[in-house]
Amino acid sequence: MILEVRSMSKTFGGLKAVSRASLSVGEGEIVSLIGPNGAGKTTLFAMISGFLKADEGSVAFAGVNVTGWRPHKVCRLGLVRTFQVVQPFPNLSVAQNIAVGAHTRLRSRAGALEKAGEVAHAVGMGDRLDMPAGSLTVAGRKRLELARALATEPRLLLLDEVMAGLNATEIDEIIGVIRDIRQSGVTILLIEHVMRAVMNLSDRTYVINNGVMIAEGTPNEVTQKPEVIEAYLGHGASERLEAMGAGGGHA
Amino acid sequence: MNGFAKSHLGWLLLAAALLAVPVFVKSGRWIEFIELTLFVAVLGQGWNILGGYGGQYSFGHALFFGTGAYIQALLQFKYGVSPWIAMWFAVSGGVLVGLFVGYLSFRYGLRGSYFALITLAFAEAFHVVARSFISITEGGRGVQLALNRDPDQAIALFQFTFADPFLKSYGYYYVILALLMIAYGATWWMERSRFGAQLVALRENEDAAEALGINTFRTKMAAICMSAAITSSSGIYYVQKFLFVDPAIAYGPTKSVEALFAPIIGGLGTVLGPLVGSVFIHGLSEVTREAIDAVWGARPGVDLILFGIILVLVLGFAPKGLVGLAEAAWRRVARGGKAQR
Repeated sequence: MILEVRSMSKTFGGLKAVSRASLSVGEGEIVSLIGPNGAGKTTLFAMISGFLKADEGSVAFAGVNVTGWRPHKVCRLGLVRTFQVVQPFPNLSVAQNIAVGAHTRLRSRAGALEKAGEVAHAVGMGDRLDMPAGSLTVAGRKRLELARALATEPRLLLLDEVMAGLNATEIDEIIGVIRDIRQSGVTILLIEHVMRAVMNLSDRTYVINNGVMIAEGTPNEVTQKPEVIEAYLGHGASERLEAMGAGGGHA
Repeated sequence: MNGFAKSHLGWLLLAAALLAVPVFVKSGRWIEFIELTLFVAVLGQGWNILGGYGGQYSFGHALFFGTGAYIQALLQFKYGVSPWIAMWFAVSGGVLVGLFVGYLSFRYGLRGSYFALITLAFAEAFHVVARSFISITEGGRGVQLALNRDPDQAIALFQFTFADPFLKSYGYYYVILALLMIAYGATWWMERSRFGAQLVALRENEDAAEALGINTFRTKMAAICMSAAITSSSGIYYVQKFLFVDPAIAYGPTKSVEALFAPIIGGLGTVLGPLVGSVFIHGLSEVTREAIDAVWGARPGVDLILFGIILVLVLGFAPKGLVGLAEAAWRRVARGGKAQR
């Protein structure tokens, strides 16, 4: 296992955002984390990557206990996250943005810019290297976020809703890009609401609701589970669906 | 011409022009004027490293100037240390103050106006200390260095008032020019280094920088040290030139304001910004003063009003400073040229 999250909890005031959540990701896998809005997905990501201090629990990455490490240290070990709300360096060009990521492994400026060019091509931004990041479209910014993270040469990439706000064509393109990233040997853990992407990409899926992990399995398995359906559609939904299905059969 | 000379022609020309200033400028008054312009350009470059590139706006850069100046003056005054040795302590002292203030601010994540206020408060605290600890700092009456009248000692004592004619006229000009070239060379290097890229990244977005593997605390600490070193070095020039420092000169708000005005007007986060800003501010205040004198006769203070208005206009309509304006104009010209072809 490249990532092992054990029994993590986080409370904000009176709200238990994440409660004893555990998950694990194997080398080379694409694992997704789904759940309704406010379920605690992003909070869990923030704890894994070091942006939030967990109340309890531990994170082990590549066999190293990284609980409580600051984000830059976690990143240097090879675990990097992207942000749900994209965070570009607006006054820098696309190439300069990506080069910041590349500098994590490369000291030389020329080397970092060259690497930035390569990564930009890999995610389909090769023609926008000199554009200021602030002038990119939403889709462009999402790609830039991905490219910057990739430039740090991660072993594990945490993607927080990289497809939110994209249209169908753009989603298909990003799905292709993510497949390529996995092909290149990077393990991926992603939060996603776009079910088409989740079904298409993931080897395994975790479902979190009200801060608690409620299901784990292949995408097809978890979407059949009654507790998952209820988490999304409300209490009793699973039975009602079944009843409707049975009724339909009689008619 | 080799590749380096070609790609850096502008810089080489600028350096050559500055080195050759004494060939063209003979009037003592003008040399003095240029010297003070360069002095503020050095002061401002120190601020620009931390404020312009790093986005950490300090309102108390006099802290570093004053510490440099006081150490330079006191080591000579109290212990008879050679000024050439004192200057290393002056810069080190400035860096130590930078480490201290930086640690307190950045360790606890103070940003934006909080950082501005804490630097302002520290400058004021040092002002009070310099005034009160009379046994160490000579208090409010300041430190007056003995004037050297022996031309043979001019270099050894780093005082050019009674030196040979060339050194007497242009010695201090070359001192401030040397400091300027070191400061601007260092900034130029920084802009092209990993450190510079990471500093700008954390200015743009601290969380994203941290997520991408940048130790934002250490990067800010490095920036405040570099900033303090450059700004405190201007204190060396000041003390050797005027042979005097007191609490108000060292830690008063004037130097803090000058340090931030020059880069803001000239262009934040650009190598040339502080120099352009300093030339503009000093040129403007000189021109307005002369113009007002000619029209209404001596009216001290009126030039400051006009000066203020122009500052507001620059800030309102050229947020990226004069360098930003020039770049935009250059792009327009370049595009126009291409369109015609």
